[in-house]
Amino acid sequence: MKIGRFAQTGNWILARFPLAKVWEEHMTHYYAPKNFNIWYFFGSLALLVLVNQFVTGILLTMNYKPDAKLAFDSVEYIMRDVHWGWLIRYMHSTGASAFFIVVYLHMFRGVMYGSFKKPRELIWIFGMLIFVCLMAEAFMGYLLPWGQMSYWGAQVIISLFSAIPVIGEDLSLWVRGDYVVSDATLNRFFAFHVISVPLVLVMLVFMHIVALHEVGSNNPDGIEIKKYKDENGIPLDGIPFHPYYTVKDIVGVAVFLLFFATVIFYMPEMGGYFLEHANFIPADPMKTPEHIAPVWYFTPFYAILRAIPDKFAGVIGMGGAIVVLFLLPWLDRNPVKSIRYRSGFYKKALLLFVISFFCLGYLGTQPATPTATLFARIFTVIYFGFFLLMPLYTRWEKTKPVPQRVTEEHGFDEQLPALLEEITELKPASSLEIGDPAFRSSFFNRRPNPDGIVKAITRLAKNLKESLD
Amino acid sequence: MINEGVDKSKRQFLTSALTVVGAVGTGYLAVPFLSQMQPSVKAMAAGAPVTVDISKMETGQLLRVEWRGKPVWILNRTPEVLETLKSLDSQLRDPKSEESSQPEASKNPGRSIKPEVFVAVGLCTHLGCSPTFRPEIAPHDLGENWKGGFFCPCHGSWFDLAGRVYQGVPAPTNLEIPPYRYINDTQIIVGEAPEEKGA
Repeated sequence: MKIGRFAQTGNWILARFPLAKVWEEHMTHYYAPKNFNIWYFFGSLALLVLVNQFVTGILLTMNYKPDAKLAFDSVEYIMRDVHWGWLIRYMHSTGASAFFIVVYLHMFRGVMYGSFKKPRELIWIFGMLIFVCLMAEAFMGYLLPWGQMSYWGAQVIISLFSAIPVIGEDLSLWVRGDYVVSDATLNRFFAFHVISVPLVLVMLVFMHIVALHEVGSNNPDGIEIKKYKDENGIPLDGIPFHPYYTVKDIVGVAVFLLFFATVIFYMPEMGGYFLEHANFIPADPMKTPEHIAPVWYFTPFYAILRAIPDKFAGVIGMGGAIVVLFLLPWLDRNPVKSIRYRSGFYKKALLLFVISFFCLGYLGTQPATPTATLFARIFTVIYFGFFLLMPLYTRWEKTKPVPQRVTEEHGFDEQLPALLEEITELKPASSLEIGDPAFRSSFFNRRPNPDGIVKAITRLAKNLKESLD
Repeated sequence: MINEGVDKSKRQFLTSALTVVGAVGTGYLAVPFLSQMQPSVKAMAAGAPVTVDISKMETGQLLRVEWRGKPVWILNRTPEVLETLKSLDSQLRDPKSEESSQPEASKNPGRSIKPEVFVAVGLCTHLGCSPTFRPEIAPHDLGENWKGGFFCPCHGSWFDLAGRVYQGVPAPTNLEIPPYRYINDTQIIVGEAPEEKGA
């Protein structure tokens, strides 16, 4: 039989490079649990945003000038005179915020379903390193437009190093490369932002995925699917990643892009949260803006920094808030992974933590008034309490029995028709409506049903209360 | 490969020696790589002294000049301000400037060479924002205890008009005083200490 030229080339490559092997190992023969829910979209979305940042970032460097005299104007040049420059820049700036939204949700998923627990501790560590890299990347990228907020934000954050005893002053001088934030700082931040940190980031993402594929994904039930295999050694509760989850992730991508495009086209500054207003004024080393705040994704940690009334202790608190996340796999002593089978106490603790994280995030955007500082202190205590008291309260938890095999979840889409039926009632059309030219008899005349709504809400509240116990 | 009768200690020695030599070499190479991030010779030279003419300053006026890329304030203090400064000691963290950074000539209650002319680096000692100049007494937003001074909008630190930090605010020390000297009654050089006369 004659082999086509195309197949011949293919075979030539496959004999020299394990393309098919890698594809099989990580896609068609990589078995993921079949019960992934909506929370499992954010890993692939983070990858998508990473690619977005790379492509738009490379395009931006083609017109951006990392020079204190030219930087601000070159960004405005991109916005006004470069063809589609505004789109590329907004994709990059919105992408930065989207990255953090996606990553925070991805991390929360991990906490909720215990994905950081044995044997996945290293996946969590690599993930946390990615998070730290992302923060460095975002911080240094924010200096590049050389606006007022870029300048003074960098001034404040680099000054954090000077709080370290003995070496602090020299260290912050070394980071800046000058006595104040200046051209030297801008230039090196550009180098770090476009070369060093992205390289490290890609390596870490690679290791994150390699570690994940070694032990396999966790799932909303928090059980190991590798325990029950069929005669071919394939997990009974697993399905091949390709095509099942590749196709599912494409749906996630489509929904994500809907939101992403809406922000880019209609609210690229997001009311001063994604791009702060003061950053549309060129950097002025002589004058600090009246109110300076970091971009939203740093505000929880910034609020912790401000809540502590001592300079060095504040820096330690802020750093500690991130370090404590690294230790999570060893702080949580409960062998049950998924929140579904954890105790009510743990669920309430997690809820309290989420609330305090959001509140700290809000307080970090606000000026530090005495009341705000008091609240920030309370939430800081809750933040650290959640983690540091974990070794105690997770040990005595009363957990529920964990199933052997993954359970089936009835999605909201399945319950929706019955719910609609319940909260509305069918009413006959009034004579007035029948007489109306717009009335068509094929329409059902559904009206809200007060009794049904009350019943549905009571049931919902009862379910919510039960799920917290 | 035959491993029998091989003296492994020699291999071990060579491996260790190579590791040590390699580490030393890497260490040497790290010096230029890391120190290229220090302020360059040009940046250090840009710290050249700045001459300021203060003859046209009115009482109560604040002049901002740039030295080493930092804002430097020159404030012509009124007699009332000098009176007020004396009464503040109990509310300050470091009233005698023991832990703060200033040249010897400015280490006095008014933190200046001449009492009326106050010179300071206009950067908060907390995290480096530039505080705002608020000479008015008891303004609405700062409250009744405000006796006139510098207020940092970033994290709410209070300084009096001698750059001394109040208690209970995030800034740890008083504002930094740069080295400066008078050429004559109307001219100041910022960046040169008084001892270096004629230099």
